[in-house]
Amino acid sequence: MSLTNQSTLQVVLYEGVGSDPLPGEARFAAIHALLEKGFAVTRSSGQGRPTSKRSGPLLVLGQFAGGTAPALEDNAGQVRIETRDITGWTKDQLVERVEQIRAETGAVRQSDWKPWFPVIDYDRCTNCMQCLSFCLFGVYGVDAERRIQAQNHDNCKTNCPACSRVCPEAAIMFPKYKAGPINGDVVRDEDLQREKMKVDISALLGGDVYSLLRDRSEKARSRFSKERDSDKALKERQKCLTKLAQMGDIPPEVLMSLPSPEEIARRAEEAAARAKAALGN
Amino acid sequence: MSSPRILFCNCTYANVVPPEVKTAVLRKLCESGLAFDAVADLCELSARKDPALGSIAQGGPVKVAACFPRAVKWLFASAGAPLPQDAAEVLNMRVQTAEEITAGLFEQALHPNVPRGKVTAADAPNGQATPVATSS
Repeated sequence: MSLTNQSTLQVVLYEGVGSDPLPGEARFAAIHALLEKGFAVTRSSGQGRPTSKRSGPLLVLGQFAGGTAPALEDNAGQVRIETRDITGWTKDQLVERVEQIRAETGAVRQSDWKPWFPVIDYDRCTNCMQCLSFCLFGVYGVDAERRIQAQNHDNCKTNCPACSRVCPEAAIMFPKYKAGPINGDVVRDEDLQREKMKVDISALLGGDVYSLLRDRSEKARSRFSKERDSDKALKERQKCLTKLAQMGDIPPEVLMSLPSPEEIARRAEEAAARAKAALGN
Repeated sequence: MSSPRILFCNCTYANVVPPEVKTAVLRKLCESGLAFDAVADLCELSARKDPALGSIAQGGPVKVAACFPRAVKWLFASAGAPLPQDAAEVLNMRVQTAEEITAGLFEQALHPNVPRGKVTAADAPNGQATPVATSS
């Protein structure tokens, strides 16, 4: 199932008319604990306006008058609404019961996937398709107007910012990356120069880092067949992977999990063809 | 114009927002008595194209406590819910202090700072824009 088809549970902490507000510290503890478990929480009170409107199931929590949660129904009949009186619940009980209700409603467990994926800054993007050509994991695609977009977010390799390194315009962000401009910070001239330099280095090494890996792997395999020295072949691969990891800040586990050289070549050709088609060449 | 709504991102799945900052901001929000929305992770909502982002983007003035304005702008946009450039202020918990964030959230005036066009060094650290007066 794609990410966009999954429903999530929305939690509302209701503290308006007909309920007793939680003490400030208890409110913080409850909301913080739920957020840490991946739930979204709306605090509803007499002041200000919350924003959310969702299509998934809704759970309304509160210290209701009389200790009984009212039964609520969506007028449009589209949203399943559960209510619970939380008077006397500890933080742990709260989290446990909300988790039970999530399971009962069939909502997805939100912490099953770390949201790591490229976010494109279209103010900078020139639609050059280098990212589409580079990514071996099918994260990128094009829309109806042949504009590049990230499509398969959960195909992206966690903590790997490699595609942002080949973007000549520093237009690809990973908001959870440690440093700018990849994390969304401003783009400075020196950033652009550095990114261009990396693309140049990559080109000198044979087109892209995956080509380098493929060449090195083939050499290592050749040596292995001649010398029957598996240790040497392994060391060569490790040396290559270390260099690649340093060059692009690519997590070693991502490089270690790359497919075979033949599969890399096949996917690279496929991606290049898709990029070419998208550019209308 | 109505009071800006508040959205808090807990950035649950990464350690890039200083824990002491986001914890202090959430604590102040909880003590404030204001209504607000808190999400575990704005990135996740964006990837899911969650309808809540559309509600936020189209619901009038909003203040978002999250990370870099450029990232937040395109997280919303890539979910098909672009933030209104004249009615959204992004407070950056990666670089601002908890005091600066909460002061910004609780201030009645809204300082729109969603980037317009390319963000360059001239925009660092945070673009200052003409405040937009709001009232409840």
